[in-house]
Amino acid sequence: MSLLTPEIGLIFWMLIAFGVVFFVLLKFGWPIITKMVDDRKQYIDNALDSAREANEKLAKIQEESALMLKQAREQQSQILADAMEQRKQIVEKAQTEATTAGQKILEEAKQQIEVEKEDAIRDIRRQVGLLSVEIAEKVLRQSLKTDKEQMAMIDRLLDEMNNKK
Amino acid sequence: MQYLLLATLMLLPWSGYAANENAAETGQKEKIDMTSLILGHISDSYEWHFWGEGENAVAIPLPILVYSNVRSEWFFFSFAHLEEAEEEGTTYEGFKLAEAGEENAGKVVEYNNATGKWERPLDLSLTKNAIGLMINSLLLICIVLGCARWYKGRKPSDPAPRGFVGLMEMMISMVYNDIIKANIPQHVQRYSGYLLCAFFFIFFTNLIGLIPGSANITGNIAVTFVLACCTFLFVNIGANGEYWKEIFWADVPGWLKPIMAVIEFFGIFTKPVALMIRLFANIMAGHAALLALIGVIFITATISPVINGIMTPLSLLFAIFLDCLECLVAFIQAYVFTMLSAVFIGLSVPQHHHKA
Repeated sequence: MSLLTPEIGLIFWMLIAFGVVFFVLLKFGWPIITKMVDDRKQYIDNALDSAREANEKLAKIQEESALMLKQAREQQSQILADAMEQRKQIVEKAQTEATTAGQKILEEAKQQIEVEKEDAIRDIRRQVGLLSVEIAEKVLRQSLKTDKEQMAMIDRLLDEMNNKK
Repeated sequence: MQYLLLATLMLLPWSGYAANENAAETGQKEKIDMTSLILGHISDSYEWHFWGEGENAVAIPLPILVYSNVRSEWFFFSFAHLEEAEEEGTTYEGFKLAEAGEENAGKVVEYNNATGKWERPLDLSLTKNAIGLMINSLLLICIVLGCARWYKGRKPSDPAPRGFVGLMEMMISMVYNDIIKANIPQHVQRYSGYLLCAFFFIFFTNLIGLIPGSANITGNIAVTFVLACCTFLFVNIGANGEYWKEIFWADVPGWLKPIMAVIEFFGIFTKPVALMIRLFANIMAGHAALLALIGVIFITATISPVINGIMTPLSLLFAIFLDCLECLVAFIQAYVFTMLSAVFIGLSVPQHHHKA
Protein backbone atom coordinates (compact mmCIF):
# COMPACT_ATOMS: atom_id res chain seq x y z
CA MET A 1 0.00 0.00 0.00
CA SER A 2 1.47 3.32 -0.98
CA LEU A 3 1.68 5.88 1.76
CA LEU A 4 1.46 8.73 -0.69
CA THR A 5 -1.83 7.80 -2.37
CA PRO A 6 -4.86 9.20 -0.59
CA GLU A 7 -7.54 6.52 -0.09
CA ILE A 8 -10.91 7.57 -1.41
CA GLY A 9 -12.69 5.86 1.48
CA LEU A 10 -10.71 7.70 4.12
CA ILE A 11 -11.18 10.99 2.29
CA PHE A 12 -14.90 10.35 2.40
CA TRP A 13 -14.95 9.60 6.12
CA MET A 14 -12.58 12.46 6.84
CA LEU A 15 -14.89 14.85 4.97
CA ILE A 16 -17.82 13.67 7.04
CA ALA A 17 -15.97 13.70 10.36
CA PHE A 18 -14.27 17.02 9.80
CA GLY A 19 -17.44 18.51 8.36
CA VAL A 20 -19.46 17.49 11.40
CA VAL A 21 -16.79 18.79 13.78
CA PHE A 22 -16.57 22.01 11.76
CA PHE A 23 -20.28 22.74 11.69
CA VAL A 24 -21.05 21.65 15.24
CA LEU A 25 -18.21 23.69 16.68
CA LEU A 26 -18.94 26.61 14.34
CA LYS A 27 -22.48 26.72 15.67
CA PHE A 28 -22.13 25.75 19.33
CA GLY A 29 -18.45 25.81 20.22
CA TRP A 30 -16.20 28.62 19.17
CA PRO A 31 -18.57 31.61 19.07
CA ILE A 32 -19.41 31.23 22.76
CA ILE A 33 -15.77 30.96 23.79
CA THR A 34 -14.34 33.59 21.45
CA LYS A 35 -17.15 35.99 22.34
CA MET A 36 -16.38 35.53 26.01
CA VAL A 37 -12.66 36.00 25.33
CA ASP A 38 -13.38 39.21 23.42
CA ASP A 39 -15.88 40.43 26.01
CA ARG A 40 -13.53 39.73 28.87
CA LYS A 41 -10.72 41.51 27.02
CA GLN A 42 -13.05 44.46 26.51
CA TYR A 43 -14.06 44.36 30.15
CA ILE A 44 -10.44 44.27 31.32
CA ASP A 45 -9.54 47.11 28.96
CA ASN A 46 -12.43 49.15 30.30
CA ALA A 47 -11.51 48.36 33.87
CA LEU A 48 -7.92 49.37 33.18
CA ASP A 49 -9.08 52.59 31.57
CA SER A 50 -11.33 53.49 34.47
CA ALA A 51 -8.59 52.59 36.92
CA ARG A 52 -6.23 54.88 35.06
CA GLU A 53 -8.83 57.63 35.09
CA ALA A 54 -9.42 57.14 38.79
CA ASN A 55 -5.69 57.27 39.40
CA GLU A 56 -5.43 60.44 37.40
CA LYS A 57 -8.32 61.94 39.35
CA LEU A 58 -6.76 60.90 42.61
CA ALA A 59 -3.45 62.41 41.57
CA LYS A 60 -5.24 65.62 40.64
CA ILE A 61 -7.06 65.71 43.96
CA GLN A 62 -3.84 65.05 45.80
CA GLU A 63 -2.18 67.84 43.88
CA GLU A 64 -5.03 70.16 44.66
CA SER A 65 -5.03 69.31 48.32
CA ALA A 66 -1.28 69.77 48.47
CA LEU A 67 -1.71 73.14 46.84
CA MET A 68 -4.46 74.04 49.30
CA LEU A 69 -2.34 72.92 52.22
CA LYS A 70 0.55 74.99 50.95
CA GLN A 71 -1.68 78.02 50.57
CA ALA A 72 -3.10 77.50 54.04
CA ARG A 73 0.39 77.29 55.47
CA GLU A 74 1.38 80.46 53.68
CA GLN A 75 -1.73 82.19 54.96
CA GLN A 76 -1.07 80.97 58.45
CA SER A 77 2.47 82.22 58.45
CA GLN A 78 1.26 85.49 56.92
CA ILE A 79 -1.29 85.87 59.69
CA LEU A 80 1.28 85.02 62.32
CA ALA A 81 3.70 87.55 60.87
CA ASP A 82 0.95 90.16 60.79
CA ALA A 83 0.03 89.45 64.40
CA MET A 84 3.66 89.77 65.45
CA GLU A 85 3.92 93.07 63.62
CA GLN A 86 0.72 94.34 65.22
CA ARG A 87 1.80 93.28 68.67
CA LYS A 88 5.09 94.99 68.19
CA GLN A 89 3.33 98.14 67.06
CA ILE A 90 0.90 98.05 69.95
CA VAL A 91 3.68 97.54 72.43
CA GLU A 92 5.71 100.34 70.90
CA LYS A 93 2.73 102.64 70.88
CA ALA A 94 1.95 101.81 74.46
CA GLN A 95 5.53 102.42 75.41
CA THR A 96 5.66 105.81 73.73
CA GLU A 97 2.32 106.74 75.23
CA ALA A 98 3.48 105.65 78.65
CA THR A 99 6.70 107.62 78.24
CA THR A 100 4.92 110.76 77.16
CA ALA A 101 2.36 110.45 79.93
CA GLY A 102 5.13 109.92 82.49
CA GLN A 103 7.04 112.92 81.25
CA LYS A 104 3.89 115.01 81.33
CA ILE A 105 3.16 113.97 84.89
CA LEU A 106 6.76 114.57 85.81
CA GLU A 107 6.68 118.03 84.32
CA GLU A 108 3.43 118.87 86.01
CA ALA A 109 4.89 117.66 89.28
CA LYS A 110 8.02 119.75 88.67
CA GLN A 111 5.91 122.81 87.93
CA GLN A 112 3.82 122.28 91.05
CA ILE A 113 6.96 121.77 93.06
CA GLU A 114 8.35 124.99 91.57
CA VAL A 115 5.18 126.87 92.37
CA GLU A 116 5.04 125.56 95.86
CA LYS A 117 8.71 126.26 96.29
CA GLU A 118 8.19 129.84 95.26
CA ASP A 119 5.18 130.07 97.54
CA ALA A 120 7.21 128.69 100.34
CA ILE A 121 10.09 131.07 99.57
CA ARG A 122 7.65 134.00 99.46
CA ASP A 123 6.23 132.91 102.80
CA ILE A 124 9.68 132.57 104.22
CA ARG A 125 10.62 135.97 102.87
CA ARG A 126 7.52 137.55 104.34
CA GLN A 127 8.22 135.84 107.63
CA VAL A 128 11.84 136.91 107.42
CA GLY A 129 10.72 140.47 106.62
CA LEU A 130 8.33 140.57 109.48
CA LEU A 131 10.88 139.03 111.80
CA SER A 132 13.53 141.43 110.71
CA VAL A 133 11.15 144.40 111.12
CA GLU A 134 10.28 143.19 114.58
CA ILE A 135 13.90 142.63 115.38
CA ALA A 136 14.75 146.01 113.97
CA GLU A 137 12.01 147.58 115.97
CA LYS A 138 13.27 145.93 119.11
CA VAL A 139 16.85 146.89 118.28
CA LEU A 140 15.81 150.44 117.54
CA ARG A 141 13.79 150.67 120.70
CA GLN A 142 16.80 149.39 122.57
CA SER A 143 19.26 151.78 121.04
CA LEU A 144 17.02 154.78 121.00
CA LYS A 145 16.09 154.79 124.57
CA THR A 146 17.64 158.15 125.20
CA ASP A 147 16.98 161.40 123.48
CA LYS A 148 20.56 161.86 122.77
CA GLU A 149 20.79 158.65 121.04
CA GLN A 150 17.72 159.55 119.11
CA MET A 151 19.19 162.80 118.09
CA ALA A 152 22.51 161.17 117.13
CA MET A 153 20.58 158.75 115.03
CA ILE A 154 18.66 161.41 113.30
CA ASP A 155 21.83 163.23 112.58
CA ARG A 156 23.52 160.26 111.17
CA LEU A 157 20.60 159.52 109.01
CA LEU A 158 20.52 162.98 107.78
CA ASP A 159 24.23 162.83 107.05
CA GLU A 160 23.74 159.72 105.13
CA MET A 161 21.05 161.30 103.11
CA ASN A 162 23.24 164.25 102.48
CA ASN A 163 26.08 162.06 101.42
CA LYS A 164 23.84 160.32 99.04
CA LYS A 165 23.06 163.55 97.37
CA MET B 1 11.01 12.72 6.72
CA GLN B 2 14.63 12.68 7.82
CA TYR B 3 13.68 10.49 10.76
CA LEU B 4 12.36 7.88 8.41
CA LEU B 5 15.56 7.91 6.36
CA LEU B 6 17.66 7.70 9.49
CA ALA B 7 15.61 4.84 10.83
CA THR B 8 15.81 2.98 7.57
CA LEU B 9 19.58 3.45 7.41
CA MET B 10 19.96 2.18 10.96
CA LEU B 11 17.91 -0.89 10.20
CA LEU B 12 19.50 -1.91 6.92
CA PRO B 13 22.49 -3.86 8.27
CA TRP B 14 20.39 -5.75 10.80
CA SER B 15 17.28 -6.69 8.94
CA GLY B 16 19.07 -9.47 7.04
CA TYR B 17 19.95 -11.36 10.21
CA ALA B 18 16.93 -10.42 12.27
CA ALA B 19 14.74 -13.15 13.57
CA ASN B 20 11.59 -13.33 15.62
CA GLU B 21 11.78 -13.97 19.37
CA ASN B 22 9.43 -16.94 19.24
CA ALA B 23 11.32 -18.36 16.34
CA ALA B 24 14.56 -18.10 18.26
CA GLU B 25 13.08 -20.22 21.05
CA THR B 26 12.15 -23.00 18.73
CA GLY B 27 15.49 -22.72 17.05
CA GLN B 28 14.07 -21.59 13.75
CA LYS B 29 15.54 -18.51 12.13
CA GLU B 30 12.83 -16.14 11.04
CA LYS B 31 13.51 -12.73 9.59
CA ILE B 32 11.93 -9.63 11.07
CA ASP B 33 10.85 -7.56 8.13
CA MET B 34 11.19 -4.20 9.83
CA THR B 35 10.06 -2.15 6.82
CA SER B 36 6.75 -3.90 6.45
CA LEU B 37 6.31 -3.92 10.23
CA ILE B 38 6.67 -0.15 10.43
CA LEU B 39 4.60 0.42 7.32
CA GLY B 40 1.94 -1.87 8.74
CA HIS B 41 1.84 0.19 11.91
CA ILE B 42 1.69 3.61 10.34
CA SER B 43 -0.72 2.79 7.55
CA ASP B 44 -4.43 2.20 7.56
CA SER B 45 -5.93 -1.28 7.98
CA TYR B 46 -9.23 -3.14 8.06
CA GLU B 47 -8.74 -4.28 11.63
CA TRP B 48 -7.76 -2.55 14.84
CA HIS B 49 -4.71 -4.48 15.88
CA PHE B 50 -3.54 -4.32 19.51
CA TRP B 51 -0.90 -6.98 20.11
CA GLY B 52 0.19 -10.48 19.18
CA GLU B 53 0.85 -12.04 15.79
CA GLY B 54 -0.94 -14.64 13.72
CA GLU B 55 -3.04 -16.97 15.88
CA ASN B 56 -2.42 -15.00 19.08
CA ALA B 57 -3.28 -11.62 17.61
CA VAL B 58 -5.68 -9.47 19.59
CA ALA B 59 -7.46 -7.36 17.00
CA ILE B 60 -10.94 -6.07 16.31
CA PRO B 61 -12.07 -6.72 12.73
CA LEU B 62 -13.74 -3.59 11.38
CA PRO B 63 -16.74 -3.32 9.06
CA ILE B 64 -16.14 -3.28 5.33
CA LEU B 65 -18.35 -1.16 3.12
CA VAL B 66 -17.73 -1.46 -0.61
CA TYR B 67 -19.60 -0.64 -3.77
CA SER B 68 -18.94 -3.16 -6.47
CA ASN B 69 -18.49 -1.39 -9.79
CA VAL B 70 -18.84 -4.71 -11.59
CA ARG B 71 -22.11 -5.74 -9.95
CA SER B 72 -23.35 -2.17 -9.17
CA GLU B 73 -24.22 -3.21 -5.66
CA TRP B 74 -23.29 -2.21 -2.08
CA PHE B 75 -21.69 -4.79 0.21
CA PHE B 76 -21.38 -4.47 3.97
CA PHE B 77 -19.69 -7.18 6.01
CA SER B 78 -17.06 -7.75 8.69
CA PHE B 79 -13.39 -7.99 7.88
CA ALA B 80 -13.39 -11.29 9.78
CA HIS B 81 -15.09 -12.96 6.78
CA LEU B 82 -12.33 -11.79 4.47
CA GLU B 83 -9.69 -13.14 6.85
CA GLU B 84 -11.37 -16.52 6.91
CA ALA B 85 -11.63 -16.54 3.15
CA GLU B 86 -7.98 -15.62 2.87
CA GLU B 87 -6.98 -18.54 5.07
CA GLU B 88 -9.08 -20.90 3.00
CA GLY B 89 -7.78 -19.37 -0.21
CA THR B 90 -11.26 -18.45 -1.42
CA THR B 91 -13.21 -15.24 -1.76
CA TYR B 92 -16.08 -13.81 0.23
CA GLU B 93 -18.96 -12.40 -1.82
CA GLY B 94 -16.47 -12.22 -4.68
CA PHE B 95 -14.01 -10.08 -2.68
CA LYS B 96 -10.58 -10.91 -1.40
CA LEU B 97 -7.55 -9.12 -0.03
CA ALA B 98 -4.93 -8.43 -2.65
CA GLU B 99 -1.78 -10.32 -1.77
CA ALA B 100 1.56 -8.74 -1.03
CA GLY B 101 3.46 -7.88 -4.17
CA GLU B 102 0.30 -7.45 -6.21
CA GLU B 103 -1.21 -4.17 -7.18
CA ASN B 104 -3.33 -2.70 -4.34
CA ALA B 105 -1.64 -5.03 -1.86
CA GLY B 106 -3.62 -5.46 1.36
CA LYS B 107 -6.74 -3.84 -0.09
CA VAL B 108 -10.11 -5.33 -0.91
CA VAL B 109 -10.31 -6.33 -4.58
CA GLU B 110 -12.87 -8.04 -6.78
CA TYR B 111 -12.52 -9.88 -10.04
CA ASN B 112 -13.62 -8.05 -13.12
CA ASN B 113 -14.57 -10.49 -15.86
CA ALA B 114 -14.55 -7.80 -18.53
CA THR B 115 -10.88 -6.89 -18.03
CA GLY B 116 -9.80 -10.16 -16.49
CA LYS B 117 -8.13 -8.36 -13.62
CA TRP B 118 -8.60 -8.00 -9.89
CA GLU B 119 -9.82 -4.44 -9.45
CA ARG B 120 -10.66 -2.26 -6.51
CA PRO B 121 -14.29 -1.53 -5.79
CA LEU B 122 -15.37 1.82 -4.35
CA ASP B 123 -14.03 1.20 -0.86
CA LEU B 124 -15.78 3.20 1.88
CA SER B 125 -14.83 0.72 4.59
CA LEU B 126 -14.74 1.91 8.16
CA THR B 127 -11.04 1.34 8.49
CA LYS B 128 -8.95 1.85 11.59
CA ASN B 129 -8.29 5.45 10.63
CA ALA B 130 -11.94 6.11 9.79
CA ILE B 131 -13.07 4.75 13.17
CA GLY B 132 -10.26 6.67 14.88
CA LEU B 133 -11.33 9.81 13.08
CA MET B 134 -14.87 9.43 14.34
CA ILE B 135 -13.78 8.76 17.91
CA ASN B 136 -11.43 11.74 17.81
CA SER B 137 -14.08 13.98 16.30
CA LEU B 138 -16.60 12.96 18.93
CA LEU B 139 -14.11 13.51 21.73
CA LEU B 140 -13.11 16.87 20.31
CA ILE B 141 -16.74 17.96 20.01
CA CYS B 142 -17.40 16.81 23.58
CA ILE B 143 -14.36 18.65 24.91
CA VAL B 144 -15.07 21.93 23.13
CA LEU B 145 -18.79 21.86 23.85
CA GLY B 146 -17.97 20.99 27.46
CA CYS B 147 -15.78 24.07 27.62
CA ALA B 148 -18.47 26.15 25.93
CA ARG B 149 -20.99 24.96 28.54
CA TRP B 150 -18.82 26.42 31.26
CA TYR B 151 -19.42 29.91 29.84
CA LYS B 152 -23.19 29.62 29.99
CA GLY B 153 -24.66 32.06 32.46
CA ARG B 154 -21.35 33.74 33.14
CA LYS B 155 -20.58 37.39 32.62
CA PRO B 156 -17.35 38.87 31.27
CA SER B 157 -16.79 40.34 34.71
CA ASP B 158 -16.70 36.88 36.30
CA PRO B 159 -13.28 35.40 37.02
CA ALA B 160 -11.57 33.58 34.16
CA PRO B 161 -11.88 29.78 34.11
CA ARG B 162 -9.35 27.58 35.87
CA GLY B 163 -8.13 24.07 35.28
CA PHE B 164 -8.90 22.38 31.99
CA VAL B 165 -11.31 25.03 30.73
CA GLY B 166 -8.67 27.63 31.53
CA LEU B 167 -6.10 25.70 29.51
CA MET B 168 -8.49 25.42 26.60
CA GLU B 169 -9.33 29.09 26.81
CA MET B 170 -5.64 29.95 26.84
CA MET B 171 -5.04 27.92 23.69
CA ILE B 172 -8.18 29.20 22.00
CA SER B 173 -7.27 32.81 22.69
CA MET B 174 -3.73 32.11 21.52
CA VAL B 175 -5.01 30.85 18.16
CA TYR B 176 -7.71 33.51 18.06
CA ASN B 177 -5.47 36.48 18.89
CA ASP B 178 -2.03 35.50 17.66
CA ILE B 179 -2.98 33.64 14.51
CA ILE B 180 -6.40 34.76 13.34
CA LYS B 181 -6.55 38.38 14.46
CA ALA B 182 -2.89 38.95 13.61
CA ASN B 183 -3.23 37.66 10.03
CA ILE B 184 -6.83 38.36 9.05
CA PRO B 185 -7.78 41.42 11.11
CA GLN B 186 -10.47 42.44 8.60
CA HIS B 187 -12.45 39.15 8.54
CA VAL B 188 -11.94 37.60 11.95
CA GLN B 189 -15.51 36.35 12.24
CA ARG B 190 -15.60 34.79 8.78
CA TYR B 191 -12.51 32.61 9.19
CA SER B 192 -12.08 32.06 12.94
CA GLY B 193 -14.40 29.02 12.95
CA TYR B 194 -12.42 27.13 10.34
CA LEU B 195 -8.97 28.02 11.65
CA LEU B 196 -9.82 27.19 15.27
CA CYS B 197 -11.38 23.96 14.11
CA ALA B 198 -8.33 23.07 12.01
CA PHE B 199 -5.92 23.84 14.83
CA PHE B 200 -7.70 21.85 17.49
CA PHE B 201 -8.57 19.00 15.13
CA ILE B 202 -4.93 18.58 14.10
CA PHE B 203 -3.51 19.13 17.57
CA PHE B 204 -5.93 16.79 19.25
CA THR B 205 -5.59 14.11 16.58
CA ASN B 206 -1.79 14.37 16.72
CA LEU B 207 -1.82 13.87 20.48
CA ILE B 208 -4.26 10.97 20.35
CA GLY B 209 -2.10 9.42 17.65
CA LEU B 210 0.81 9.27 20.09
CA ILE B 211 -1.08 6.90 22.37
CA PRO B 212 0.14 3.36 21.69
CA GLY B 213 -2.50 1.33 19.91
CA SER B 214 -4.31 4.33 18.48
CA ALA B 215 -4.61 5.15 14.82
CA ASN B 216 -2.03 7.24 12.96
CA ILE B 217 -4.58 9.66 11.55
CA THR B 218 -2.78 12.91 10.78
CA GLY B 219 0.08 10.81 9.42
CA ASN B 220 -2.25 9.66 6.67
CA ILE B 221 -2.21 11.66 3.47
CA ALA B 222 -5.95 11.35 2.87
CA VAL B 223 -6.65 13.23 6.10
CA THR B 224 -4.16 15.99 5.42
CA PHE B 225 -5.43 16.10 1.84
CA VAL B 226 -8.92 16.98 3.05
CA LEU B 227 -7.55 19.58 5.47
CA ALA B 228 -5.43 21.13 2.73
CA CYS B 229 -8.45 21.16 0.40
CA CYS B 230 -10.42 23.04 3.03
CA THR B 231 -7.67 25.63 3.30
CA PHE B 232 -7.55 25.82 -0.49
CA LEU B 233 -11.28 26.46 -0.65
CA PHE B 234 -11.24 29.02 2.15
CA VAL B 235 -8.33 30.87 0.55
CA ASN B 236 -9.77 30.99 -2.95
CA ILE B 237 -13.51 31.30 -2.39
CA GLY B 238 -13.23 34.21 -0.02
CA ALA B 239 -10.55 35.92 -2.12
CA ASN B 240 -11.29 39.36 -3.48
CA GLY B 241 -10.48 40.89 -6.88
CA GLU B 242 -7.23 42.33 -5.70
CA TYR B 243 -5.95 38.83 -4.97
CA TRP B 244 -6.77 37.57 -8.48
CA LYS B 245 -5.27 40.70 -9.97
CA GLU B 246 -2.07 40.07 -8.00
CA ILE B 247 -1.97 36.56 -9.43
CA PHE B 248 -2.76 37.16 -13.08
CA TRP B 249 -1.62 40.75 -13.52
CA ALA B 250 1.05 41.27 -10.90
CA ASP B 251 2.67 44.65 -10.43
CA VAL B 252 5.86 43.79 -12.33
CA PRO B 253 7.45 44.95 -15.62
CA GLY B 254 5.37 44.00 -18.66
CA TRP B 255 7.51 41.18 -20.02
CA LEU B 256 7.47 39.50 -16.59
CA LYS B 257 3.69 39.53 -16.32
CA PRO B 258 2.94 36.27 -18.18
CA ILE B 259 5.74 34.43 -16.35
CA MET B 260 4.54 35.70 -13.01
CA ALA B 261 0.96 34.74 -13.86
CA VAL B 262 2.04 31.16 -14.53
CA ILE B 263 4.15 31.02 -11.37
CA GLU B 264 1.44 32.53 -9.21
CA PHE B 265 -1.19 30.28 -10.73
CA PHE B 266 0.81 27.22 -9.77
CA GLY B 267 1.39 28.84 -6.39
CA ILE B 268 -2.33 28.60 -5.71
CA PHE B 269 -1.99 24.81 -5.75
CA THR B 270 1.49 24.35 -4.35
CA LYS B 271 0.64 26.18 -1.12
CA PRO B 272 -2.03 23.70 0.05
CA VAL B 273 0.00 20.79 -1.32
CA ALA B 274 2.92 21.93 0.84
CA LEU B 275 0.57 22.08 3.83
CA MET B 276 -0.67 18.59 3.09
CA ILE B 277 2.80 17.06 2.69
CA ARG B 278 4.29 18.87 5.68
CA LEU B 279 1.73 17.68 8.18
CA PHE B 280 1.56 14.15 6.79
CA ALA B 281 5.33 13.71 6.53
CA ASN B 282 6.10 15.10 9.97
CA ILE B 283 3.62 12.97 11.82
CA MET B 284 4.25 9.86 9.74
CA ALA B 285 8.03 10.18 10.09
CA GLY B 286 7.72 10.69 13.83
CA HIS B 287 5.73 7.49 14.18
CA ALA B 288 8.13 5.61 11.91
CA ALA B 289 11.18 6.77 13.87
CA LEU B 290 9.54 5.82 17.14
CA LEU B 291 8.66 2.37 15.82
CA ALA B 292 12.16 1.92 14.45
CA LEU B 293 13.71 2.73 17.83
CA ILE B 294 11.46 0.23 19.55
CA GLY B 295 12.20 -2.25 16.76
CA VAL B 296 15.93 -2.01 17.52
CA ILE B 297 15.23 -3.90 20.75
CA PHE B 298 13.74 -6.87 18.93
CA ILE B 299 16.32 -6.89 16.19
CA THR B 300 19.25 -6.89 18.59
CA ALA B 301 17.55 -9.62 20.60
CA THR B 302 18.12 -11.97 17.69
CA ILE B 303 21.77 -11.06 17.36
CA SER B 304 23.25 -11.39 20.80
CA PRO B 305 22.09 -10.87 24.40
CA VAL B 306 25.01 -8.49 25.03
CA ILE B 307 24.15 -6.15 22.22
CA ASN B 308 20.53 -6.41 23.19
CA GLY B 309 21.37 -5.52 26.77
CA ILE B 310 23.27 -2.45 25.65
CA MET B 311 20.83 -1.34 23.02
CA THR B 312 17.58 -1.82 24.95
CA PRO B 313 18.07 0.98 27.50
CA LEU B 314 19.62 3.16 24.82
CA SER B 315 16.76 2.76 22.40
CA LEU B 316 14.24 3.13 25.20
CA LEU B 317 15.91 6.37 26.22
CA PHE B 318 15.79 7.61 22.64
CA ALA B 319 12.20 6.47 22.28
CA ILE B 320 11.16 8.39 25.40
CA PHE B 321 13.00 11.44 24.16
CA LEU B 322 11.38 11.09 20.77
CA ASP B 323 7.96 10.70 22.36
CA CYS B 324 8.43 13.99 24.20
CA LEU B 325 9.62 15.54 20.98
CA GLU B 326 6.56 14.21 19.20
CA CYS B 327 4.31 15.90 21.77
CA LEU B 328 6.03 19.14 20.85
CA VAL B 329 5.76 18.33 17.15
CA ALA B 330 2.05 17.62 17.60
CA PHE B 331 1.60 21.20 18.75
CA ILE B 332 4.04 22.78 16.31
CA GLN B 333 2.52 21.07 13.27
CA ALA B 334 -0.99 22.11 14.27
CA TYR B 335 0.30 25.63 14.85
CA VAL B 336 2.19 25.76 11.56
CA PHE B 337 -0.75 24.43 9.56
CA THR B 338 -3.12 26.95 11.10
CA MET B 339 -0.64 29.80 10.90
CA LEU B 340 0.12 29.20 7.22
CA SER B 341 -3.57 28.79 6.41
CA ALA B 342 -4.22 32.09 8.15
CA VAL B 343 -1.36 33.75 6.29
CA PHE B 344 -2.65 32.47 2.93
CA ILE B 345 -6.19 33.58 3.75
CA GLY B 346 -4.87 36.92 4.95
CA LEU B 347 -3.06 37.37 1.64
CA SER B 348 -6.19 36.49 -0.33
CA VAL B 349 -8.20 39.27 1.33
CA PRO B 350 -5.53 41.99 1.31
CA GLN B 351 -5.94 45.07 3.37
CA HIS B 352 -5.97 48.28 1.43
CA HIS B 353 -2.59 49.52 2.51
CA HIS B 354 -2.41 52.25 -0.06
CA LYS B 355 -5.81 53.61 0.91
CA ALA B 356 -5.25 53.46 4.62
